[in-house]
Amino acid sequence: MAQTIASPATGATPATLPLKALAPWALFVGVLALVLLYFIGAEQGATSVFSGTNVHEWVHDGRHLLGFPCH
Amino acid sequence: MNSVTIRNLLVRGMLAGLAAGVLALVIAYFLGEPRVDAAIAFEEAHSHSHSHGDEVEVVSRGMQSTAGLATGVLVYGVALGGIAALVFCFALGRIGRFGARATAVLVSGAALLVYLVPFLKYPANPPAVGDPDTIGQRTALYFLMMLLGILLAVGATILGRRLAPKLGNWYATVAGGTAFVVAVGIAYAFLPAYDNVPHGFPGTLLWQFRLSTLAVQLVLWTGFGLIFGHLAERVVATRAEEAGTTAEAAPVAT
Ligand SMILES: [Zn+2]
Repeated sequence: MAQTIASPATGATPATLPLKALAPWALFVGVLALVLLYFIGAEQGATSVFSGTNVHEWVHDGRHLLGFPCH
Repeated sequence: MNSVTIRNLLVRGMLAGLAAGVLALVIAYFLGEPRVDAAIAFEEAHSHSHSHGDEVEVVSRGMQSTAGLATGVLVYGVALGGIAALVFCFALGRIGRFGARATAVLVSGAALLVYLVPFLKYPANPPAVGDPDTIGQRTALYFLMMLLGILLAVGATILGRRLAPKLGNWYATVAGGTAFVVAVGIAYAFLPAYDNVPHGFPGTLLWQFRLSTLAVQLVLWTGFGLIFGHLAERVVATRAEEAGTTAEAAPVAT
């Protein structure tokens, strides 16, 4: 447990995280997340990386219920 | 030290996204699936149009509605949890006097808003609704609308921050919000609309399906905001503490 009571920063605005330290993480997590979202939301619908309909059919219900255009 | 903090926050963001995804999955299964089944039943009864139904079943309905649905919702939760944690890392300490928990809830609220921007123009559709010939355009427009929502939200925030010294926080926020709504409204007016609801499709079913998709998002983002806020608060407090003990002289806020 963090001792927020002892912290001098209690109630104060937290310190910012420098953009330089954030940039490589933003690139890494951003690209990873977009690839995942592409496979859940659009693969074998509008465009296809893999042939067939297996991916589309597997995530089909999720695609509808998460609001992506499915077919 | 900053890099460790960022990594910790991102890992927790993805875990919080996974946990919120589990909550959303429960809603999707109990509120959404009955409507998906009903729509598929309608589609099969009118199968002269088009369907997944009259082809050979690649994945059974039983798998689609359980393991398939879980894959979709949980991966979605993890991916968006990661993105939301990135936005949180940027927003922390930069959007006014908000602590970690409040920032997490604000980021979640913004994510819900970004979801609503395409939804109001291109709402979620159940099976049987949608013309396969326009899937390419509709998918492109859906993602374009979402991107536009993000850019306009960022723009409105910048505008609000700029106006704050002149108008004060309240009226600057009102001005930023108004600019956002007007810009989104203009985009709605100019982008094409699609009406693919087949003749005879029950209006109640369409309404209930769309409400259930909104419930999924509401639960996902409420859950994420609260869970991630709790986890992030501890990371940020630890960081502030370390900064206080290692560099006593340096003020925390920059
Ligand atoms: Zn479908």
